Amino acid sequence: MELVEAIILAVLAASTPLLIAAAGELVTERSGVLNLGVEGMMIVGAACGFAGAWLTGSTFIGALFGIVAGTLMSLIFALMALGLAVNQVATGLALTILGIGLSGLIGAGFVGERITPAMHLHIPGLTDIPLIGRVLFGEDGFVYVSVALIVGVWWFLGRTRAGLILRACGDNHVSAHALGYPVLRIRTFAVMFGGACAGLAGAYLPLAYTPFFIPGMTAGRGWIALALVVFSSWRPGRLVIGAYLFGAVTILQLHAQGWGVGIPSQFMSALPYLATVLVLVLLSRARTGGSTAPAALGTVFVPDR
Amino acid sequence: MRKSLLALTAGLLLAGSLSAASAADKLKVGFIYVGPIGDLGWTYQHDLGRQALVKELGDKIETTYLENVPEGPDAERAIEQLARAGNKLIFTTSFGYMDSTLKVAKKYPNVHFEHATGYKRNPNMSTYSAKWYQGRYIQGLIAARMSKSGVLGYIGSFPIPEVVSGINATMLAAQTINPNIKVKIIWANTWFDPGKEADAAKALIDQGADVIMQHTDSPAAMQIASERGKLAFGQDSEMIKFGPKTQLTSIIDTWGPYYIERVKAELAGTWKSEDTWGGLDSHMFVMAPYTNMPDDVKKMAEDAQAAITAGKLHPFKCPIVGQDGKPVECKGGDHLDDSQILGMNFYVKGIDDKLPGK
Repeated sequence: MELVEAIILAVLAASTPLLIAAAGELVTERSGVLNLGVEGMMIVGAACGFAGAWLTGSTFIGALFGIVAGTLMSLIFALMALGLAVNQVATGLALTILGIGLSGLIGAGFVGERITPAMHLHIPGLTDIPLIGRVLFGEDGFVYVSVALIVGVWWFLGRTRAGLILRACGDNHVSAHALGYPVLRIRTFAVMFGGACAGLAGAYLPLAYTPFFIPGMTAGRGWIALALVVFSSWRPGRLVIGAYLFGAVTILQLHAQGWGVGIPSQFMSALPYLATVLVLVLLSRARTGGSTAPAALGTVFVPDR
Repeated sequence: MRKSLLALTAGLLLAGSLSAASAADKLKVGFIYVGPIGDLGWTYQHDLGRQALVKELGDKIETTYLENVPEGPDAERAIEQLARAGNKLIFTTSFGYMDSTLKVAKKYPNVHFEHATGYKRNPNMSTYSAKWYQGRYIQGLIAARMSKSGVLGYIGSFPIPEVVSGINATMLAAQTINPNIKVKIIWANTWFDPGKEADAAKALIDQGADVIMQHTDSPAAMQIASERGKLAFGQDSEMIKFGPKTQLTSIIDTWGPYYIERVKAELAGTWKSEDTWGGLDSHMFVMAPYTNMPDDVKKMAEDAQAAITAGKLHPFKCPIVGQDGKPVECKGGDHLDDSQILGMNFYVKGIDDKLPGK
């Protein structure tokens, strides 16, 4: 029983940064903007988040630093890709390269420093319930934020008028513009939201997951978040399934190795990718039978004035 | 002065930085690193070696390094770039650079190459490595004494001979203390991913391991062990900062003296292709202070270290029995010979696991 609880806790910890970053990118992409710079925004969020926590001693302020840093990074993207109508793919890739370099520079002074990891919730009585107590009532704040975030994104995109307008920008920016909606302003906000989420996801790594900063510590998680958005067919519900499935298979394959099941570890390491892609592709085929990508995704829009 | 090298392959990005100085007639020495110099492990130690080199011979040489160079086709480009930039001696510091280094070495016969931890050589390409299995043997002794559960946790990177020989040396040592000792092995299939290393450490501890050993590069596993009140060994670097009450010892790579020696040979025109495999006696690595253990365990570790250094104790002393129960052929007299250790692709008896790919 204790092992099951430990596994669930590890799965939640591994999935949370993916879920946060992917939730932000989902909103960005639903507005019609493809920002491939998630990894770059995340790693800068990690460096600044650690710096903030180290300087102030507060995880909360560290997380804020991460959010602000991610947002600032996304503003560079918005300036280039939306303001100057530069190719989005190239700008996003450049943002990642910039982010990796910048985070190394920011973090250079903090390598080898330690901070106190994020506090875990503890409600006497509730947290001590076997099996589910720590899973539901004993997580760090990031896990609860990630759940609230994805529910919020689902509600915003599917249930609010503002969400509808944002999706309209993503599906047909010319019509949205003709109807009088400020397409570029809406997209800028969407890009900033994506940056804020990526920054928070990045900050999660040095603040809660492995409480120290090392250059390159995101180790490709930004790319995985990007892939999750695509394979979830841009739907928040499936994104949750994808993120937790990826985290679950990642942790379970480690345990399976420890138990010595005798399957080559190289295959086991590839399993999270295979399983997640397979399940999400099957899900999207079963329901809609086709791509649900925002129609204007990645296309440049220059309003006629 | 920093220039940027930007390489882009299949959606994966590499951002390295190239640092170069001016002066024309100085000997140019290049380094290729697999991780960031701030990884606090493997690459960090190589860069300390480079810094020692600059300190010693800085008036005669200038060094350039490329960090975060992925193993594979990118590596070849990066190595060639250093060769073209006029570097006369190039150190490529990861096993996965072996074929790339050899390819570039054949293309640039007037440039000398030094590849770490590989086994392919050329008239202008040397190899160098350290007998880390000696350190692993000492760690195995300590682990068996310190483990209460009798289960050790081992995080592997890739199932290559260097890592496999480390696992075997650990177990052979541990079995001399506790014949029933168990080891759980998890392959991370990466050298560097702090999150994944932490997850692997959690999984091992959750499955009952109480002493964690790693052959990956970041201090993540040390920190998890520390959080959970278990014990652990550092890797490549001094990691006591991440587990003041956790680290038992650490194998610390010390490349400086070797780099200085090789560059001096290059300057004197006496450089030739060699295979260097240094052990505790050559100071290619040192053991971090033995901490968080009782005095008698510490004494045992120090005695073992002295015996290995003096050549009186060989970790792979025969007879050695493989997993299939058959004794392994003993090519080195009373111990396995170097080629058997360098190409080790089997587990010794007592490891309840299957070697990936076997």
